[in-house]
Amino acid sequence: MLKDFFSLAFKNLRSRGIRSWLTLLGVFIGITAVVSLISLGNGLQLAVASQFGISANELITVQAGGISGYGPPGSTVVDPITRDDARAIERLSSVENTVVRNIRSAKIEFNDNIKFYYIGSLAQNKEDLDLVYTQLDQKPIFGRLLKESDLGKVVLGYNYYAKEEDWDGKPITVGKSILINDKKFEVIGILKKEGSLITDNVILMLEDDMDGLFDFGEVADIIVVQPKNKEDIDRTKEDVEKLLRQRRGVKEGKENFEVSTPESALAMVNNIIGGVKMFIIIVASISIFIGLIGIINTMTTSVMERRREIGIAKSIGARNEHIFLQFFIESSLLGLIGGIAGAFFGTMLGFAGMYGINSLLGTELVPNIDFLLILFSLIGSFLIGGIAGIIPAMQAAKQNPVEALRG
Amino acid sequence: MDKKDEKKVIIELENVHKYYRMGENIVKAVNGVSLQIKEGEFVAILGPSGSGKSTMMNLIGSLDVPTKGKILLDHQDISTLSESDLAQIRGKKIGFIFQSFNLINNLTAKENVMLPMIFQGYSVEERNHRANKLMEMVELSERMGHAPNELSGGQQQRVAIARSLANSPEVILADEPTGNLDTKTGTNVMNFLQDLHKKGKTIVMVTHDVELIDSYPDIVYWLRDGKIEKITKRSKAGKG
Repeated sequence: MLKDFFSLAFKNLRSRGIRSWLTLLGVFIGITAVVSLISLGNGLQLAVASQFGISANELITVQAGGISGYGPPGSTVVDPITRDDARAIERLSSVENTVVRNIRSAKIEFNDNIKFYYIGSLAQNKEDLDLVYTQLDQKPIFGRLLKESDLGKVVLGYNYYAKEEDWDGKPITVGKSILINDKKFEVIGILKKEGSLITDNVILMLEDDMDGLFDFGEVADIIVVQPKNKEDIDRTKEDVEKLLRQRRGVKEGKENFEVSTPESALAMVNNIIGGVKMFIIIVASISIFIGLIGIINTMTTSVMERRREIGIAKSIGARNEHIFLQFFIESSLLGLIGGIAGAFFGTMLGFAGMYGINSLLGTELVPNIDFLLILFSLIGSFLIGGIAGIIPAMQAAKQNPVEALRG
Repeated sequence: MDKKDEKKVIIELENVHKYYRMGENIVKAVNGVSLQIKEGEFVAILGPSGSGKSTMMNLIGSLDVPTKGKILLDHQDISTLSESDLAQIRGKKIGFIFQSFNLINNLTAKENVMLPMIFQGYSVEERNHRANKLMEMVELSERMGHAPNELSGGQQQRVAIARSLANSPEVILADEPTGNLDTKTGTNVMNFLQDLHKKGKTIVMVTHDVELIDSYPDIVYWLRDGKIEKITKRSKAGKG
């Protein structure tokens, strides 16, 4: 008999007007948000991490806090980290090596076009240079990376090559020369696409060349710290923090510097994603709640509009529970249909998002299609529809047959 | 006592009253009616508008319960039954035919006929088989898959007749069955009811149409102001 009520409910739903379907928007949006979010899965984490230039190396990064203006890390701080800090850190027993890096914005000129981008310095001895390359975790797509002897030469991020429209249609390729703050440099390598606005637009040059363009003095924008023991990275981090607190005369919790490991940076990324997820879940919950109210509304209207039909059914032998079941199932199916549409659209959105991430980062990630999640979403939307339908279905069942027959 | 009197009483009204509140006033729609309807009879309840015939039909059909008095359906007092039990009894023992057909537009003609059987728990096969036979009986086999709004008034009323017979009820209750039909189609529908009567069904027809009572009913209850004004048997029917 239950099957018959499902069949009757389907027939009734088929004849519903657009108004009924519009009330499903809430459930639809809620389920779309949840399913697309989960489909994106770790793709979202990777996308955010790459935007922050976080890679899975085992190095510690130190930079000054208390930013006073807009600019690259460490470049606009009130109280900068110094090369002396770097030397002190290197003397710590848990530290193997440190490298200072400076980052500045510069005027780039090519093919009579001028742009402003960031330049990052590279150390000038092989050991330190290797450490920086480990930290950067970047590979060339054309040409090669800089060696310690490559003065007057630069390596460019992927966008200098790919965004030829920035240079009047001429891509910057290996072998070409560009002007940086009016000084000529030869391009010897183009980095692989990272999908990050920072790294894809970066210019790498040796420390001495960069010193020739800017007057750094003792200022160190970033100190890359290599721990002696990779397993002890967290202890090394604590040692560095303790040392810098002493040197800069600040108390714990009041630090005007930042010491981060890839793990702590990833934790930050996860925090951001957690926040985004929480926001989406709140939006989804609100949408589903609105959907629930929408279904209650459309079902109540439906009961009013179909009083005569209820009267007819009662006159030909329908018990109250039959009428209740019919409206309850109809309402549950309404929710389910919203859920199916949401799950489908959410999956599509997940695919589209992953496609976007892949084309941005050059990765080949596949979206998670979590069938269990989809199943739960569908069961959930069916239940939401059912819950929304309880009161209207009770109202329908309670109708007096004589009055209901009058319509 | 003639042969008919020996027949089983199916519906019995004992001093039935039905009052409605209309604002400050109490309307006595049915005011002390007693009657017996026996198995196989063709009964007409005749009266002008406002005489209480629709209320009578609702009471006889157990769609409503009396304010005072007793209604016995198969010797069972309907006022003692729960709403669900009343629905069950209606579905099993009474088949309704309404003036405005009252078919469900989302369903096809055949599905409308099958609907009362769903409520009685018939199997799909049995429902199909019975609906096919009933649609054949009302000469609408060709129109089974059509929606009610694709059928003429006469055809819709024939579907309603088929539906009223779905659960093989003892009584067919027809409320102004020809009220929305032209004379020719109305006669056709009345002939169907007549055939059912000849096959042994008990027919109770509520009407205001004096012309109908000449040819069809065995007994006519003349209703006025909620009371039975007179009772005429077939030979006397229509003569006042």
